[in-house]
Amino acid sequence: MPPVSSQIKAISIALIGNPNSGKTTLFNALTGLNQKTGNYPGVTVDKHTGYTKLKAGTEEFKLQITDLPGTYSLFPKSLDEEVACKELLGLNGTEHDVAVVVTDASTLKRHLLLATQVIDLKIPVVIVLNMIDEANKAGLKIDAAEISRLLGVKIALVNSRTGEGLDDLKLKITQAKESVNTFIETTRLQVVKAGAQNFREIVVTQFTGDADYKLKLQQFEEKDTVYRFNTINYIFARCVKSPQESTRKLSYTADKFITHPVFGYLTLLFVLFSVFQIIFFLAEYPMNWIESFFGWAMEVTAGALPQGQLSDLLVNGVLAGLSGVVIFIPQIALLFFFIGLLEDSGYMARVSFIMDKVFRRFGLNGKSVIPIVSGVACAVPSVLGTRTISNVKERLITIFIIPLMSCSARLPVYTLLISLMIPDDAVLGILNLKGLTLFGLYFLGFAATMLTAFVLKFIIKSKEKSYFVMELPVYRLPQWKSIGIIVVNKVKVFLWEAGKIILAVSIVLWFLSSHGPGDSFDQVESKYASQIETATEAQKEELVKTMESEKLENSYAGILGKKIEPLIKPMGFDWKIGIALITSFAAREVFVGTMATIYSANDAENVSSIREKLVSEKNPDTGKPVYGFGVCLSLLVFYAFAMQCMSTMAVVYRETKSWKWMTGQLIYMTGLAYISSVIVYHLF
Amino acid sequence: MRTLDQLKPGDIAVIKEFSQRDLALKLIEMGCLPGEKIKLTKIAPLGDPIAIEVSGYELSMRKQEAAAVMLED
Repeated sequence: MPPVSSQIKAISIALIGNPNSGKTTLFNALTGLNQKTGNYPGVTVDKHTGYTKLKAGTEEFKLQITDLPGTYSLFPKSLDEEVACKELLGLNGTEHDVAVVVTDASTLKRHLLLATQVIDLKIPVVIVLNMIDEANKAGLKIDAAEISRLLGVKIALVNSRTGEGLDDLKLKITQAKESVNTFIETTRLQVVKAGAQNFREIVVTQFTGDADYKLKLQQFEEKDTVYRFNTINYIFARCVKSPQESTRKLSYTADKFITHPVFGYLTLLFVLFSVFQIIFFLAEYPMNWIESFFGWAMEVTAGALPQGQLSDLLVNGVLAGLSGVVIFIPQIALLFFFIGLLEDSGYMARVSFIMDKVFRRFGLNGKSVIPIVSGVACAVPSVLGTRTISNVKERLITIFIIPLMSCSARLPVYTLLISLMIPDDAVLGILNLKGLTLFGLYFLGFAATMLTAFVLKFIIKSKEKSYFVMELPVYRLPQWKSIGIIVVNKVKVFLWEAGKIILAVSIVLWFLSSHGPGDSFDQVESKYASQIETATEAQKEELVKTMESEKLENSYAGILGKKIEPLIKPMGFDWKIGIALITSFAAREVFVGTMATIYSANDAENVSSIREKLVSEKNPDTGKPVYGFGVCLSLLVFYAFAMQCMSTMAVVYRETKSWKWMTGQLIYMTGLAYISSVIVYHLF
Repeated sequence: MRTLDQLKPGDIAVIKEFSQRDLALKLIEMGCLPGEKIKLTKIAPLGDPIAIEVSGYELSMRKQEAAAVMLED
């Protein structure tokens, strides 16, 4: 990369706006894949930062854009909004040169409240009037030039969906120094006496003041907001001509069906069911390609390198571990794609609307629907997503139950075990029996989720009132490109965050299963050496296999697995499964990789797929297959309920700020998994 | 006194005031100002929550919250 010349000017931009303003779509349109995901200090909200460049005349600019969480005002009502406010104010340690406020042209009045508040912070502001062409089509006539004059700041007309107006926006950002104004004079702000002299100070001090001061602030906030809206109404009367008819006719018509007492719930069931079926079948193709690619790579590597420790480490440690990470990508990408689709189109909000009353019975909130449903992708972002729930009790319950939803990390475990349990061609009418079993597992997770919530509702005491005020956005065609960028970013984060754990665990595991204490391995080898020498070709093969399996039994991993065997025997598990349980304590997806390592580590020449190995695995005592129906089902149930995810535990701790919640969740889920598995094993 | 939770789909009314401060702050920033005209657009299948049209967009809230919104007669 060439060194950055001194001619290039760097500008730091905070992108702020209401939820549903098209802010994230604009962010994706501006920065494309030049994004990185980090964290806000102290909290685990994802911080998305992206870059774009602009050449204006002889000058060159590098725009660094931070996409803040959506907020309705600078007086936050939820944790998410608080993060956005603090970041904008520079309280997180990063000062921003320019604030870009994204507003949606068709619901401009409400969006302008935030815009006028940001103006009064006295920082350079550019207002984006997003999707004005769409508003025009609906019959709204907006005089943007006049609004810009009255507000005293620059306005850029943009369509974040088509990318129109982006260059104009960038240019205006570079000229934003002149775009500073005062919307409400400081003299009007004497309501709060305790030291805050201007609007900025008032907004900053709301995070530190005592209860008495906060009460005064509330009085101020009410008066200030009403005053702002009155002024905005005046601007509106001059600059905006609304049509007689509602601009939301299409959405209302669609909602007649989508929020219908019968069709509404049928649609929801249909949508969820189709998503699972599609994911299961669509992901299978790329997963097969990945599997055969790694099979090929392992064979080539094993053939190219001289036999020994290095070749063994590369093939059975590194490559086996990598394959366990990469195999995830199709499913994760598809899940995030569908969740993006449902959210972007406006459907998720309707799900909250029709489910709120049901969820309330379980101590939850309509807004819990999105985090819970996203729980099927990954619990980590879902736990973060509970920040939109302002009621503490409902938020805690939602956080507690999310990891019980079957996340995408369980999918590979499910997939493998289901394929062992159910023949390929098993069908029930037109439905594939494998798909149906998978759906059943998701349902099991969901049922446990809701029952747990119901119990918690009576355990957790709270005086705080529950709260559900939510916008129903208009239905919109999903933004394929924006969803695509989000999917790519999620996959990247997964590959890096989960990938390094899985790879590390795989290598440690390879070591544990290919090395033993003292000279135990040599002893096994010398015990078989003389027998192998005198045996026939056919006997030789058998003897080598027995020897390798005895080696594994004497390895560190085997010793560990055997130590816990008495504990897991009631669930029908042997010490080999025990090893997998130990290694997947940190991340459940490691299970598949571990099984692959355990079963190929005792036969380095053979790189056939893990499934075939498991199918042919026989119990040495009974001669029956180890992975029979009962054991598979017991394992499935265990993985459905157990909390085997370090990342989730870390996030829960940070979000609840309490060890009590995190450990309570761990103990509850592990206990539930254990007891359920024992029951299932003894029933089948 | 008429409150928002008593409206039927299609009814139009004008907001007068709020009986709870916390909720008032949230609703005001969402554009539900005293004097603003609202229309009840729909009620969820199970009778709760409700949705209203206010300042050009659609907002849903629980009946319990709507009961704190007092309307002009």
